[in-house]
Amino acid sequence: MAVERSARLMQGNEACVEGAIAAGCRFYAGYPITPSTEIAELMAASLPCVGGRFIQMEDEIASMAAIIGASLTGTKSMTATSGPGFSLKQENIGYAALTEVPCVIVNVQRSGPSTGLPTSPAQGDVMQSRWGTHGDHPIIVLSPSSVSETYRLTFESFNLAEKYRNPVILLMDEVVGHMRERVDLHSLSMSVVDRVKPTNKREDYLPYDAAPDGVSPMANFGDGYRCHVTGLIHNKKGYPTSKAEEVDFLIRRLHNKIDHNLDDVLKYEEYMVDDADIIVLAFGSVARSAHNAVRRARQNGVKAGLFRPITIWPFPEAAVTALAQKAKHIIVPEMNLGQLRLEVERVAGSRCQVSGINSIIGELIAPDQILRRIMEV
Amino acid sequence: MALQHAQDYLRNAMMPHIWCPGCGHGIILGAILRAISKAGLDQDKTVIVSGIGCSSRASGYMDFDTLHTTHGRALAFATGVKMAKPELNVIVIMGDGDCSAIGGNHFIHACRRNIDLTAVVFNNSIYGMTSGQYSPLTPRGKFATTAPYGTIEREFDLCDLAIAAGASYVGRGTTFHAQLLTDLIVKGIANKGFSLIEGISQCPTYYGRKNKMGGPIDMMKWQQEHSVNAVAATKMTPEQLDGKFKIGELHNSPAPEYIAEYDKIIAARRA
Ligand SMILES: Cc1ncc(C[n+]2csc(CCOP(=O)(O)OP(=O)(O)O)c2C)c(N)n1
Ligand code: SF4
Repeated sequence: MAVERSARLMQGNEACVEGAIAAGCRFYAGYPITPSTEIAELMAASLPCVGGRFIQMEDEIASMAAIIGASLTGTKSMTATSGPGFSLKQENIGYAALTEVPCVIVNVQRSGPSTGLPTSPAQGDVMQSRWGTHGDHPIIVLSPSSVSETYRLTFESFNLAEKYRNPVILLMDEVVGHMRERVDLHSLSMSVVDRVKPTNKREDYLPYDAAPDGVSPMANFGDGYRCHVTGLIHNKKGYPTSKAEEVDFLIRRLHNKIDHNLDDVLKYEEYMVDDADIIVLAFGSVARSAHNAVRRARQNGVKAGLFRPITIWPFPEAAVTALAQKAKHIIVPEMNLGQLRLEVERVAGSRCQVSGINSIIGELIAPDQILRRIMEV
Repeated sequence: MALQHAQDYLRNAMMPHIWCPGCGHGIILGAILRAISKAGLDQDKTVIVSGIGCSSRASGYMDFDTLHTTHGRALAFATGVKMAKPELNVIVIMGDGDCSAIGGNHFIHACRRNIDLTAVVFNNSIYGMTSGQYSPLTPRGKFATTAPYGTIEREFDLCDLAIAAGASYVGRGTTFHAQLLTDLIVKGIANKGFSLIEGISQCPTYYGRKNKMGGPIDMMKWQQEHSVNAVAATKMTPEQLDGKFKIGELHNSPAPEYIAEYDKIIAARRA
């Protein structure tokens, strides 16, 4: 049961549930889909034990709607899904972004498009996680490479969601979701961040009043503030507006609140990059293969390094620019046809060469494949 | 503490409203506010959730915690609000298209779960906000911008649908019978479970004009002439009922409420 806390062998999906509950998640709504289903099953078992509530909704659209509704009462909320279900959630993810409702969406990626290869790993939702909903909107996307990191990043997703009043997407993949590793939860203790609540009187409270890159305190439904929440563009009071300056202020502020806090939001890991001529840039389960390949390349005397973005969106642009200035070549292995590579190419510009290793056959990219490419370039 | 006047529950800063002259939606809004007052709901513990449409703009005009969601999804958002904080009173406002087309699946499942929400559907038999397309509640043969030759689709009876799907309280009123509408909403709020109150509304701008029904007053007269009290209807023959619709309380059958059942699981797990 998810409530006990000890070192044990667990699956990535299980670590996700543990991390969520430790971070304070008390409401889950979802719809079953491989390879994320274990998250729903474990939530159904665990939440009532900690006084929380679980519901299996009629579809993923409803699940996304329900977690937004729950979060508005001050309850930390989450949903999890895969591929087709992630597509269905998009309209309401945009709603959460515009209305600034904290929530966590887990997407355990599987092969697509459409029903695809339902039980096979893929990383085909890099772009959908950034641009899946219509309109310009801010989003934070984190991607774990191990079971213990899944725990930490799920926890961190809740913290970031609360701090920035924004939906946070945890972009897992089938390999990480189903992989089993020994995890000591005691060693992973983290501190909980809660959204800031207003302290002023109802008459003085403006739910969307903040500095041009700020986040406003958020009142819970039922606390007497009588707020209006709408997916229409709204003014500081939360009421619909089409005044140019109010529209402009809101949409730019939503982006600025993330973009002006990149030091806090961006996480990445570097391995042997300092003197590297060849950088392998990989995330999720593929980064494990990349790590192995880089280590072996070094053993063969090749100056290779690994850059692993943990925050996928916003993309760690400054760090990658710095690498592109020093390195000769960046290799981007990913289980799609080059979605993250597009971003790396944009950032690297003409500073260095960029190439991809791309797999869409539902199999994890092996260390040997990456090592071979390192030795080639 | 219940307030005296419906107007006291309005957000003046949101006026003027967007509704056309003669639109029936304001009458249903008035009925909801009077019902909230009569039911004695705490203004700070009452949440209004709506979808998207002319009708769903009502939430913005009401001085409560209000949630104007996405088209068709109001009940799904409301389910989250209610499950996370069951002590809140949750009233859900939807249009006929909002509730029965894009939101049809959420509707039957909210009925089936018998979760304690009070849904008020503003049924004007048309998509008002998008300028007059037919909805699943547009009667067969009627005209709409997307049914220029008359719709060949059979309409739902939303109340029958709710009863079949498991709602524990169902009633229907009209903007002509506004007092009845208020009383039904009061009872819907009192019911511990899912309640549907269908309010027949008029859209003179699109439905009325497309179907040559005259102005708003003519449309309300039509409601008067074509409605039959549910009790009286039990003594009428099918021929007498042809072309008429029933109003009043249509179903009142208490059943276990979803969150109360869930909380038994919590209690057992934590014992
Ligand atoms: C996903 C989505 N599809 C379509 C629309 C466009 N749309 C807005 S309101 C509406 C129909 C409104 O009709 P109804 O629910 O009957 O309410 P009324 O306006 O008549 O009160 C439609 C189709 C939308 N906003 N979102
Ligand atoms: S279009 Fe119809 S439903 Fe919408 S406000 Fe006008 S009269 Fe009312």
